Amino acid sequence: MHVLRSGLLRIVPQLLAIATAFLVGALVLIATGYSPIDVYSALIMGAFGDVYGVGQTLTQATPIIFTALAFLFSYKSGLFNIGAEGQLIMGGFAAAIVGISFSGLPAPLHILLAVLAGALAGGVWGFLPAILKARFGAHEVITTMMFTYIATYLTSYLVNYPFKAPGWVAQTVPIADSAQLPRILPPTQLSVSILVAVAMAAVIYYILQKTTLGYEVRASGLNPSAAENGGINVKRTMVLALILGGALAGIGGAGEILGVHNRFIQGFSPGYGFDGIAVALVGGLNPLGVLLAAILFGALRSGGMLMTRATHVPLDIVVILQALVIIFVAAPHFLRYFVRRRSKA
Amino acid sequence: MNIFDIINVGLFAAAIRMATPIALAALGGIFSERVGVVNIGLEGMMLMGAFSGVIVSYYTANPWLGVLGAIVVGGLLGLMHAFLTVTLKGDQIVSGTGINILALGFTAYASEVVWGSRGASGSVASLGVIDLPFITDLPVIGKIIGSHTPLVYLMIIVVLLAQILLFKTPFGLRLRAVGEHPAAADTAGINVFRMKYIGIIASGMLAGLGGVFLSLAHLSIFSWGMTGGRGFIALAAMIFGGWIPLGAFGASLLFGFTDALQMRLQSMGILPPQIILMLPYIITVIVLAGVVRKTKPPSDYKPYEKD
Repeated sequence: MHVLRSGLLRIVPQLLAIATAFLVGALVLIATGYSPIDVYSALIMGAFGDVYGVGQTLTQATPIIFTALAFLFSYKSGLFNIGAEGQLIMGGFAAAIVGISFSGLPAPLHILLAVLAGALAGGVWGFLPAILKARFGAHEVITTMMFTYIATYLTSYLVNYPFKAPGWVAQTVPIADSAQLPRILPPTQLSVSILVAVAMAAVIYYILQKTTLGYEVRASGLNPSAAENGGINVKRTMVLALILGGALAGIGGAGEILGVHNRFIQGFSPGYGFDGIAVALVGGLNPLGVLLAAILFGALRSGGMLMTRATHVPLDIVVILQALVIIFVAAPHFLRYFVRRRSKA
Repeated sequence: MNIFDIINVGLFAAAIRMATPIALAALGGIFSERVGVVNIGLEGMMLMGAFSGVIVSYYTANPWLGVLGAIVVGGLLGLMHAFLTVTLKGDQIVSGTGINILALGFTAYASEVVWGSRGASGSVASLGVIDLPFITDLPVIGKIIGSHTPLVYLMIIVVLLAQILLFKTPFGLRLRAVGEHPAAADTAGINVFRMKYIGIIASGMLAGLGGVFLSLAHLSIFSWGMTGGRGFIALAAMIFGGWIPLGAFGASLLFGFTDALQMRLQSMGILPPQIILMLPYIITVIVLAGVVRKTKPPSDYKPYEKD
């Protein structure tokens, strides 16, 4: 009971941030001539109204869980990895290449190889900014962002030239059947990737709380000089954390390609990497909190479809809501500040 | 085709042009970091500036009012960043990230509300180009700096003013003191919070001005995500320039040159465009990795707690 109550108290600021964000979002909607009640109810109906909606919400939540874990794990080590988007894209591309390059492999092996390729590509995309930070002090906020742009253009080149399928669309040929992840709730696109995502959240929780690596990661993030004095190689830990974070995002990208699209399509990510930042923060930088927050953000993306169809509101209201949630989470004392001012007045 | 088809006076003129938004945003970065607050939100402030300029120009048919609108909106976002990070002591990087995503979402949303497309705005009145008397007639130099949009010349003036303001005036000394040693500044009677607010709001205004260059100087439209990471490149220019306006201007010329080269190569069609488009980002990474060790930030960026 006690544990439950303290857990509930911990999520109160998050819930308030979400509520405030939707309130401000409602003002934006009113100001632009839409009814917030219509828009929000269509959003909720689309995301949770039937089995299909729930399935699509979980489908959308899946890559976001991976990118949120990628952000979270790096953050715990003291690095601000805003490049999960690029790591996810690279992972997706590598998985697609393995998916189309082999045929006749047993499905479990083929899938494993493709996912490993995704993890490797994402890991490399995390390693590059990490080593530049450790060796040369190049700020990771700038470099991870630069590497996201590079990933976007690099894969765009690859899928428009050497790996382009015949036709007008910038996409590869389909991956082999043996590389496709099983769907678990047809006709929705939900695949076993969601199970991997949940397992990864548990693994990251375990690593952070119960292992030496997790201890070193947390110590490096909390107080690097004290950690260094305590015998922890902070730079090495940061590099490891960013490689692991990148690999997680890469697996997320592989899951999208092998489970949802079954080929690499240019622009397949609508910004899952950036959603991950918001989800990690709203989830209280806790892997289990990430799972809950990812469902919320997945719902924004999946419910958004019905919402635009029913009310013709621009889909980008969803992005505005996400940003507002981040901003209100950034300032946990936001409401307290105004309450105090009101009571003074 | 020979090398002079690529490297000629036109390329250098374009380099100065493309350096302008980066230099202005880099100045914005300097003002914020000099008072001790990291401004990752430059990218979003630029994007909102680019959008605000177009929407004001759309409704008033006066691009200069658009420029003013961009500065005001940039300043408002700066105010928001200051409130979140200075008053509420929120995480500076989280706040900046929130501003970046907000800008991306809001500009796309508002484009669709106003023009029915999240991708692009309608066409509006833009600023055009002015010829500097005498200078434009000079050989070579005239071709490079003689004929630009007024914002290019404004940028050069602002760089010089910022350099003087920060390093030759008592006000600049106070501004820097607040970032370097807030407790000492406080003891000396400086209003630390007010100075921080001034620096961060100025940061937003400069980023807004840099952003509106992209939408109103040579183009006359807003398009989705048109800043393309220039806010982050501006941060790199700020670091490369050692948090000094003239240094950041020099670094911006390098990045502007890369941008101009990228556009030139693209128009010639010798390589796939995606390969060429990667160039500015790769150069930025290389520059960051190559020079950062030699520079030291002007602040430890901790929120100031008055005893």
